[in-house]
Amino acid sequence: MDEATYLAAFIAVSAAATFLTRAIPFAFLSRHSHHPFVLHLGRYLPATVMALLVVIFLLQSAKWQAPLFGVDALLPSLLVVALHLWRRNALLSIIAGTVSYMLIQQL
Amino acid sequence: MDSPFRLTLPVLFGYVPLGMAFGVLFTAQLDYGWWVAPLMGIVIFAGAAQILAVGLLATHADLLAVFTAMLVLNSRHLFYGLSLLNQFAGAGWRKLYLIFGLTDETYSLLTSRPRGSDFKAEQSVDLRITFYNQCYWVVGCALGAGLGSTIEFDSTGIEFALVALFIVLMIEQYKALQQQLPLWIGASSAGIAVAALPAANQLIGAIILATGVLLINYRFTYQHHSEAKGRGHG
Repeated sequence: MDEATYLAAFIAVSAAATFLTRAIPFAFLSRHSHHPFVLHLGRYLPATVMALLVVIFLLQSAKWQAPLFGVDALLPSLLVVALHLWRRNALLSIIAGTVSYMLIQQL
Repeated sequence: MDSPFRLTLPVLFGYVPLGMAFGVLFTAQLDYGWWVAPLMGIVIFAGAAQILAVGLLATHADLLAVFTAMLVLNSRHLFYGLSLLNQFAGAGWRKLYLIFGLTDETYSLLTSRPRGSDFKAEQSVDLRITFYNQCYWVVGCALGAGLGSTIEFDSTGIEFALVALFIVLMIEQYKALQQQLPLWIGASSAGIAVAALPAANQLIGAIILATGVLLINYRFTYQHHSEAKGRGHG
């Protein structure tokens, strides 16, 4: 597969998968929207998935060996948490965390 | 009442920089034309998925792996639709675009705004909110990719925007639920998956584990409810 074909196929596959995740409930669950397990998952899964993504991506962003022991990613993460609990401004929290992480990585 | 444009202002200030982060990352790590970044914003329209896509494109990932990774990363969207089943009913051609554009931010706006009884009118407001959001995102992608290719800029570490976004969304979810248990289930499932599985399978492994724990959690809660009901009627 040449480069342009791969790119086109890649974008098509990504678009299809993304649309699928958004469309499935409307296609299949309209009749079961009041089933208690569907309601249970709808209520708790988003928070669960967010925590899961934070842990997995955080583990990948940090250098866990000496001398850093993960501080390079943990410090910016704590900044995001503190700022967001304080000001609750998503943009501010995200920019401050990202800039501080970039500064640490580029030192 | 606020106009749709005013409702979307926070998203404007969030999507343009985040789209730019994606655009800069895209041109910094890949050799494709800058216009591919906004094109992805038009046909995919998903922040986390597009940032993940940069890494997958860089390693020339297998398309089946790409499909799986996108499904897993976007799996939270499976459950967003559940609370909008009734609001989108009978929206005709609009429904397809409303579903396509159901990002975290669009979802938050659509489910938190006050609604009148005129379904058609409310759906066209939903449609405008979704469309404005996508415009901000595409503009951000284009700006980042365009500037990223002309300005010398060390973008090392910019991908942390994704981690920061997830932390912010996690805090927002916690504030809405006021319960810690789902966070602990998610975090420990991720910890176990990272310890036990190779990198490529960690996300899907953690999601399956967490959903299993939620199922057990549901069985317990539901069982207690029906026992309580049974006693009540007996």
